[in-house]
Amino acid sequence: MKSKTKFSNNVPSQWCPGCPNHLILKALQNGLEELELTPQEVCLVSGIGQAAKLPHYLKGNFFNGLHGRALPVATGIKLANPKLKVIVTTGDGDCYGEGGNHFLHTLRRNPDITLLVHNNSIYALTKGQASPTTPKGEKRALNPRGVEDEPLNPLALALIQGTGFVARCSALEIEHLKEVIKEAINYPGLAYVDILQPCISWLKPSLETLKKETFFLSHDPQDFEQALKIALDPAQKWGLGIIYKNPWPKPVLGEGFYQHFSLEQLTHLPPLDLTIAQNLLKAH
Amino acid sequence: MKELTISLVGSAGEGLDSIGSLFSTVLAEHKYALFSWKEYESRVRGGFNSYHLKISSQPQNYPREQSDLLLALNPEAQDKYTSLLKPSGLLIGPKENSRFQSLVLSFKDLAKKELGNSLYANAIALGFLTGILKLKLELLLEALQKKFATKSLAIINNNLEGARLGYGQALDSSLNLTLPPSGEHNYFFTTGHPATALGAARAGCHFMAAYPMTPSTGLITYLSQKQEELKVFTLQAEDEIAAINLALGASFAGVRSMTATSGGGFALMVESISLAGMTETPVVIVLAQRPGPATGLPTRTAQGDLLFAIFAGHGEFPKVVFAPSDPEELYLKTIKAFNLAYKYQLPAIILTDQFLADSNFSYWDFNWEGETPQFFRANPSEFKEYKRYQFTPSGISPRLCPGQSVHLVGADSDEHDEWGHITEELDKVAKPMLEKRLNKLKELQKEIAPPLEVDIADSKYIFISFGSTKESVLAAQKHLRTKGEKVGVIHFSELWPLPSYSFPQNALLITVENNATAQLAKLLNLGYSLNLKHSILKYNGLPLTPEEIGRKFDEIQNQI
Repeated sequence: MKSKTKFSNNVPSQWCPGCPNHLILKALQNGLEELELTPQEVCLVSGIGQAAKLPHYLKGNFFNGLHGRALPVATGIKLANPKLKVIVTTGDGDCYGEGGNHFLHTLRRNPDITLLVHNNSIYALTKGQASPTTPKGEKRALNPRGVEDEPLNPLALALIQGTGFVARCSALEIEHLKEVIKEAINYPGLAYVDILQPCISWLKPSLETLKKETFFLSHDPQDFEQALKIALDPAQKWGLGIIYKNPWPKPVLGEGFYQHFSLEQLTHLPPLDLTIAQNLLKAH
Repeated sequence: MKELTISLVGSAGEGLDSIGSLFSTVLAEHKYALFSWKEYESRVRGGFNSYHLKISSQPQNYPREQSDLLLALNPEAQDKYTSLLKPSGLLIGPKENSRFQSLVLSFKDLAKKELGNSLYANAIALGFLTGILKLKLELLLEALQKKFATKSLAIINNNLEGARLGYGQALDSSLNLTLPPSGEHNYFFTTGHPATALGAARAGCHFMAAYPMTPSTGLITYLSQKQEELKVFTLQAEDEIAAINLALGASFAGVRSMTATSGGGFALMVESISLAGMTETPVVIVLAQRPGPATGLPTRTAQGDLLFAIFAGHGEFPKVVFAPSDPEELYLKTIKAFNLAYKYQLPAIILTDQFLADSNFSYWDFNWEGETPQFFRANPSEFKEYKRYQFTPSGISPRLCPGQSVHLVGADSDEHDEWGHITEELDKVAKPMLEKRLNKLKELQKEIAPPLEVDIADSKYIFISFGSTKESVLAAQKHLRTKGEKVGVIHFSELWPLPSYSFPQNALLITVENNATAQLAKLLNLGYSLNLKHSILKYNGLPLTPEEIGRKFDEIQNQI
């Protein structure tokens, strides 16, 4: 995989040396290049956290907003200008914790965006607290007797809410990750990729675990029932691949409005004609 | 008689709104000006609601404390609201009352008896109102036919029959009420929200996201219902945080965008208002106030969020806060709010309230061209290298949008460099970037209109007010002048940044506010180094009337 692409920039990274975030960045940059996209066509959106810094290190448009709020911003951008390829890069704390409500409703809403969650089951930037995907019983900074909450199962949640494209990847399998990202970007509708990523500073999940335990899934990703079984099966929690890809994509958010008014972008509409405003108000 | 006031009282679900709006149509056809306001409980059925109409020859857009006619749809509502009737007033309702000239009449019983269904009580009440005021029955029948055009023939006929029946009852009653002379114009009526919506669309807004919250919901509802004409994409968000972030995303991508909410929802948006300030992403936020704290009184009115709006957001950044006084100003100031938000790239807040949102105001016409849409997008070909947050003397960096040219556009909630990338360079980058944003205030402040001044030259007392209390304050001032009191008015519609203004030195200044803690007085004391000590305050959830302002003015006069 190329270390220099047209999506590379010179912004110095704030990530820990050797962090697999660098690998996710590389897979994304290469994927975008292989899709023959230009930086001008791409808009990255993020919230706060280590994963959310990624947009700074990739040449493209970007909006690095508030903690947890990447999804509504990304949805607004896509609705305004559907020609942009809108990609959210976020972490488990940002997306499943602070932004949990937006995650849930974005699954229902189906905007045509790509959602990449760097899932390391930990709050790394705030120094080692549990995240919504931290396994029960694990001792973390604020859980001296172990985490008491059940971990979130975001993949199963996405499936039962009708998400058209649901995948699990590993930051350590970057060829595979790159290919899945490409398919996700091309998917019409919400495409969601949970990326298992070891945190090398907090050692959860450890590099060794990920290297040893992950395997590639071989089921038919068009089979919804099989997909749900995999998402719910603890024995397959290290299974990588496209878990579900709906071959009959649903209408995307805003499609009805755009078709009704034969629009390409909301950005080029003129202001309301004065006489229409006058007539509407006087008729009221 | 210069005006006639009518109160319709009943319960939620009894159709007071329909009676009020259909009767308004009939009055408009007779060239009357009309002001109506309502107060209601936060429930879908039952409880107590009232709908107040003031009929006059010329627009007089403010509420009165008491009515000439009280029409009650049920006995409980009659008991609760009888105090609203003037001693000389006329009471129509299902119960005896010997204190007033009255007619015992149950529209529901009559509807059941004559038309087989108490639902037609409203049609009978409408007929009665039309009859007692000697208005033309045909105009009511036309309005009913139009309203029920899509319903079955039986429903239409029963409504028409009900109207005729009520009209006959009024004529038979030999009761008499005199209307003021009709006006010269066919006035039109509007509540606040349609005027705001049209101002937004006129300003080029094509995106609105909101979460339903009374009394703001009418705004997105109007935009959704008029989508065909206005082409505003409306989205119901999962919460207010999502709503403002959706609007910010759309605005960043190049569409003029807005959101609307009330106090609690606005509280949720505050972090993102700071985000708009930091990323210099323009957005317009309509804050329709209701009494707080917390859930407060969801369906009532207040001006209690003035200081909250002005100081909303962590950190230091410029914003615009307007408080339009009436629907015409809502239209004009909304256009101006968009213009300023997009020129200076910051959040603009429009304060309204339940009273302004729900009341019907009469107009002969608006000053339609008082504000015109202006656009400030930079020309991409001017830049060899584009920097979204380029340092400039005015603090305004040329604004491009992603995907619209060869230039890349980045925005960041972290403190950032000129390209929008995270910085930790404190003195070289972070400090000048904060100053760049605050620098915008210098030019911005010059665009803020000074307050309206009425009769201040010889005034011994001056009322200072803002937003929706304007017409009541002006009516009180006019009345006090007729009694020989030298009273003037200074009224603010644009509140932040505070405009350059010198207050008169020799008059006693009294703020008039729909809140409990004299927030306007506090703001003016801070901004203009004043020492305002007198305020007329009302905070029971209802709008101020000229009568109350007059009484409280007398109290202040007696104290000093």
